[in-house]
Amino acid sequence: MDYVRYIDKTREYYAGEGYAKPYHWAHFDSIPFTSLTKPLGRCRVGLVTTSEMAVLEEPGPWDDEADATRDVYALPTSTPTEKLYTRKEAFDRYETTLDDVESYLPIARLREYADQGRIRDLAPRFQVIYSQYSQRKTMTVDAPEILRQMREDGVDVAVLTAV
Amino acid sequence: MALAARHLEANGIPTVVYGCARDIVEHCGVARFVFSDFPLGNPTGKPWDVPMQRAIVGLGLDLLESARAPITVTTPHRWGPDEAWKVKCFTKERPFLSVDATEKWHRRKAAYRGLKTEGKV
Repeated sequence: MDYVRYIDKTREYYAGEGYAKPYHWAHFDSIPFTSLTKPLGRCRVGLVTTSEMAVLEEPGPWDDEADATRDVYALPTSTPTEKLYTRKEAFDRYETTLDDVESYLPIARLREYADQGRIRDLAPRFQVIYSQYSQRKTMTVDAPEILRQMREDGVDVAVLTAV
Repeated sequence: MALAARHLEANGIPTVVYGCARDIVEHCGVARFVFSDFPLGNPTGKPWDVPMQRAIVGLGLDLLESARAPITVTTPHRWGPDEAWKVKCFTKERPFLSVDATEKWHRRKAAYRGLKTEGKV
């Protein structure tokens, strides 16, 4: 069977739930592309995720569930995996779980590649970005903030995981 | 997510996106995309399947080195013996969000509209 067409599926699903106005997914005619200019083994890797990570028993931006604008935030990549958990609720909860962080935030897998010399290392922090109602906010606030942090951290290439 | 990848790419940082919603990511358009034909949730491999996770993450690293133009690569892994999940997702039998999560979503949406009306976003 071919892959799921989520744009069509969600349009039909939410129309059936009584939502009259379909969501307009972002679309562009061209795709920005930057080639790698140095060996990957000399590159620092940044990591961005939509997986709404939180740290057990620690306060954080994830506590404010009513926050309508939910800005990007960062957590140290050195956070022990057993302390990380996700608050993401939008996934296929009938088929899978988010109990294994590595299945959507591959910090340990990337560290293994760093140990092998495939990449230089991981950035000291990773960024969590929310799926916003406002594409404008993602483009004018969240994405520039991620870029700013990555430049500050000396990131050469970025891995982004969409849960 | 795809919008953030595009912004990084436009500003000189090569990116690779891992995801399970191929149509959404490709509709937006990103430079390098590793697509797993899995239910939404595990873009870098099945939970606890370390060899699969290693392979999928490695595919993306390969793309960072090899791609010369925008590209999608589909991982060779299958979710299971059948693909009933593809038919069942986003149906009344399997509502995507729980009742509680749907209420939260509505509350945030209403709050966001309020901020927008006030010109604060």
